[in-house]
Amino acid sequence: MLSSIIFLPLVAAALLAVLRVPDRVARWTWVAVTTADLVLVGVLIARYETPTDGGLAFEERARWIPSVNSSWHVGVDGLSVPLLALTAVVFCACAVYGLREDRRPRQHAALFLALQTTCLGLFAAQDLIVFFLFFDLSIVGMYAAIAGWGHGREAGRSALQFFLYTFLGSLALLLGFIGLYLAADPHTFDIPELIAAAPLQDHPVAGGFVLAALLVGLAVKTPTIPFHTWLPPAHTDASAIGSAVLAAVLLKMGTYGFVRIAMPALPDAWRGAAWVVLAVGIASVLYGALVALAQTDVKRMIAYTSINHMGYVVLAVGAAGLAGTGTAARELAVTGAVTQMVSHGLLTGALFLLAGVLHDRTGSYAMRDYGGLARTAPLWTGLFAVAAFGSLGIPAFSGFIAEFQVFAGSIGTTAWAAIALPGILITAALFLRALQLLGTGLPGGRSIGFSDVRAVEAVPVTGLLLLSLAIGVLPWLLLDLITPASAVLVDLVGR
Amino acid sequence: MTGLLWACATVPAVVGAGLCVSGRRADRAAPTVGIVTAGVVLALSVAVALGRPATSAPFLPGAPFGLAVDALAAVVLPAVAAVTLLVLVFSAADVSGARARFTGLVLLFAAAVVITVCATTLPTLLFAWEVMGATSYALIGFRWQEPHRVGAGLTAFLTTRTADLGLYLAAGAALAGGAGLALADLPGLPAPWRDVAAAGLLVAALGKAAQLPFSAWLSAAMQGPSPVSALLHSAAMVAMGGYLLLRVSPLLGATSWAGPTAAWVGALTALLLGAVALAQRDLKQLLAASTAAQLGFVVLGAGVAAVAGGTAHLVAHAATKALLFLAAGAWLTALGTKQLPALRGAARRWPLVGVCAGVGALALAGVAPLSLWATKDAVLAGAHEESLALYLVGLAAAALSAGYAGKVLWLVWQRLPADAEAGYDTEEEGTRQVRVLQQAPLVVLAAGAAVLGLLALPPVAGTLRRALDGSGPAPGLVELVVSAVVGLAVLLLVRVRPLQPLPGWLEGWLGLARATDVVVVRPVLRTAEALARFDDRVLARAVTGAGRGALRTAGAAARFDDAVLDRAVAGSATASVRLADATVRADLAGPDAAVRSLAAGTRWLGGWARRTQTGQLHQYYVSAAVVLAAALALLLAVR
Repeated sequence: MLSSIIFLPLVAAALLAVLRVPDRVARWTWVAVTTADLVLVGVLIARYETPTDGGLAFEERARWIPSVNSSWHVGVDGLSVPLLALTAVVFCACAVYGLREDRRPRQHAALFLALQTTCLGLFAAQDLIVFFLFFDLSIVGMYAAIAGWGHGREAGRSALQFFLYTFLGSLALLLGFIGLYLAADPHTFDIPELIAAAPLQDHPVAGGFVLAALLVGLAVKTPTIPFHTWLPPAHTDASAIGSAVLAAVLLKMGTYGFVRIAMPALPDAWRGAAWVVLAVGIASVLYGALVALAQTDVKRMIAYTSINHMGYVVLAVGAAGLAGTGTAARELAVTGAVTQMVSHGLLTGALFLLAGVLHDRTGSYAMRDYGGLARTAPLWTGLFAVAAFGSLGIPAFSGFIAEFQVFAGSIGTTAWAAIALPGILITAALFLRALQLLGTGLPGGRSIGFSDVRAVEAVPVTGLLLLSLAIGVLPWLLLDLITPASAVLVDLVGR
Repeated sequence: MTGLLWACATVPAVVGAGLCVSGRRADRAAPTVGIVTAGVVLALSVAVALGRPATSAPFLPGAPFGLAVDALAAVVLPAVAAVTLLVLVFSAADVSGARARFTGLVLLFAAAVVITVCATTLPTLLFAWEVMGATSYALIGFRWQEPHRVGAGLTAFLTTRTADLGLYLAAGAALAGGAGLALADLPGLPAPWRDVAAAGLLVAALGKAAQLPFSAWLSAAMQGPSPVSALLHSAAMVAMGGYLLLRVSPLLGATSWAGPTAAWVGALTALLLGAVALAQRDLKQLLAASTAAQLGFVVLGAGVAAVAGGTAHLVAHAATKALLFLAAGAWLTALGTKQLPALRGAARRWPLVGVCAGVGALALAGVAPLSLWATKDAVLAGAHEESLALYLVGLAAAALSAGYAGKVLWLVWQRLPADAEAGYDTEEEGTRQVRVLQQAPLVVLAAGAAVLGLLALPPVAGTLRRALDGSGPAPGLVELVVSAVVGLAVLLLVRVRPLQPLPGWLEGWLGLARATDVVVVRPVLRTAEALARFDDRVLARAVTGAGRGALRTAGAAARFDDAVLDRAVAGSATASVRLADATVRADLAGPDAAVRSLAAGTRWLGGWARRTQTGQLHQYYVSAAVVLAAALALLLAVR
């Protein structure tokens, strides 16, 4: 079941790459395949039952590279199911949005289908080599997406910077993986085995180095400051779909790595580094928010808010490593972190798709070029307002659920986490300022003659926002999945 | 009964969201739908106030979405629902354009207020609290075509959200202290966390209630439509700040400092914002400042644990202030102005509006036996018990309320000047009419403003106090008489001696907005810009610099490769060839020659050896004899 979910898009991608089908067929094939995959993920969630022993569900294992004890091992738990679902949802939304793509649509669809496989595979991977493989392939895929379908004169350069930077990060990650492999006895790349063994538990120095390698690798991908500078140019020059996938799914690979590998496999080292992680999280929250506030380009602004939003995740996982504090608070922080990954995916995905509409109509992201869009494009403004409010953490949307848990849990663990609180205030200021500059007043500049969102643009955005609303109003739909897994994780980190 | 409670919260939310989403198509039906929904909510709120249900639904881990109607909520909930209904009735005749959006937002706001009033856990409270903030942003900036109105909404939202951070902090403190997230459990927190939680809630409440130092947002919020002010800035949003403190009064009392702090902030806000109100020349600004001042009494009541008095004041003020805001709105729509000098004699043009507004102003002035006179004294009695200074500050604030209420009262009831028209239509085109739907709510609210003082007078006061577990004292006869006399005296004084212009900093709301701008807004923007520059010029460039460095290193390596290694290899090849040549030469000159000369020598020797081969026997004999002789000689010599 799980392997077919992972490889269905890849098979479709291969077919699209080989068969010279008409553009229209290619676009609709993309939509059909992502929808089918979404349905499959829905079935998987419907049939998912939290494993009683803290283990995995839908586990599959096949021989792969026996010489280094690496196998095709996939499986899901409460940390990965939400992200699998997010991936399927975001790619499906992008496929619908992509119905208007007129630049090499067949190759475009094939590329994004292949990219979907790498994302699904990564979130299901239970073997470090499998994880690494998908991690690197996602970088290659996104490079192609930015370089091939990006806009802006510097797309190639931004793509190259993205590729080199995140690829370097992945090498650090590989170093860490090899460290874990060598430390385990017998040597293995299998994640559950590594977690059970916690091989570097009594080796503070080696454990510290291995964790440092993992942290750098994951921090580049997340990204946290000071490793974030590849993100704004990559977003500015990527297409709307590329940006949405990059922000909504690819960034989660970094934070997912924290909860899947770094925390449970190196509990001792994680507790030792918790204060550093916490500090980086707080700094990312505040720095991302402040720099976003100063942006004049709406897409760059959204990109910087991603750094802020991912900062909440880092803050929470850092707090979860602080020993000697209440378990309930740390579990809440971890649950909040995973909720935030999903929430950020939905809301920022929607925001990037909406930003893409601006570029599509006028070629400009500069906020000063607009004004009064509420009159010329009321639906766009309404959707942007909802997405902005959701993203700034207004209740009834998923962002509030995530941020409340992150803050209550983290502050419940250490009062220092309260330093990050102004982040939600600055985020509110910058989103409302953007809304004011773009939407209100009398139409002027490029707003005149601006045509409102079309169905293929409105439907995916509305879908993402409705999901965020559902999580915001009935959070237990999601939290019932996550909570048992975060309890297991906090238990593992506390070893 | 729990179903009714859920309905009370969800019906306005669902209808409101539906109206907002359906947009202009629903504009025609919106006022009716809104009024019907608000009517349903009012009926439901009365039902749950009598039934007192408590319920909860799963929400966050360890923190359900809890709603309950206790005595406090039972008093406040119907009042809020009633004001919402009346405001929507008024708006049906007052608000034009985008009615669906307006009505939808008001209903969403009302749903948030219902949840705020009934919330039993911190996440529930924060949920509703922030939705209230967001809808208030949208309502204040309702006319988005004018950017300054949206900006005012932004100011209001950001100021209150700053204070809201206190609720996040309180939630963290509650978890750290291990008490869980139920509001009722907060007083049981261990020491440092109890103080943090109290501080967080206090700040959040002061922000919403527009108390010092957060008051300035309320001035900006007057950019919103008058019905919005009537609802948000009298009965609901601002009042919810006071309400929260009444609800957590036990927590304030559990710490040594939070109660007195709340009491003093409330008393000083009542005093200073009373003075600010007195200085205003714009009716809505005056009413806004007065709102902050009157909420000061509620906060004071919560601080001194006079919960019953505070609650009574909250409800009575809601009716009074909603009435006055609606009257101001009716005049603004009809006459196109809210400037006080221009409103001279306005009450006489529409006597019913004038009489109702007059009742409201007299109540606000604290004239006996109207509502705010008794309710305020119920609060002040509690203050008196706490400290005399607090009581005197409160009494001075009460005198100021009489001052600004009198200022409005006498002005609007003056004889209509002949050139009145000249002052009209300064802000919008007036319609010169006040419709029936606009007048009807005023009558109901005026009745409320007149009689709601009963809540603070025997026998209702005793019942209310017992229901609220309050131990606050009832106002003594002396206090009641003193405040009635003070109120009346000031009211008459303002009539006899019109006010001199007050200093500009009072009219400018104590410079709070400018101070916020200088102390908070600009530094944050500067920092943001500086960090953005740092990000572009230092961090990003460091990375590209590192990349460039790598390129340069690669270039150097390539040059090294070309210039040194390659040349070395090429050189070594040449050298090999040369060496090979040399070897060849050496080979020819050395070993080869040696071999050849050896061969030549051997041949020469061979030549010599061949000479002996003559074939002549005698010569062989001679040689054999010589060899034999030599051998013999050698043998002899060796021995």
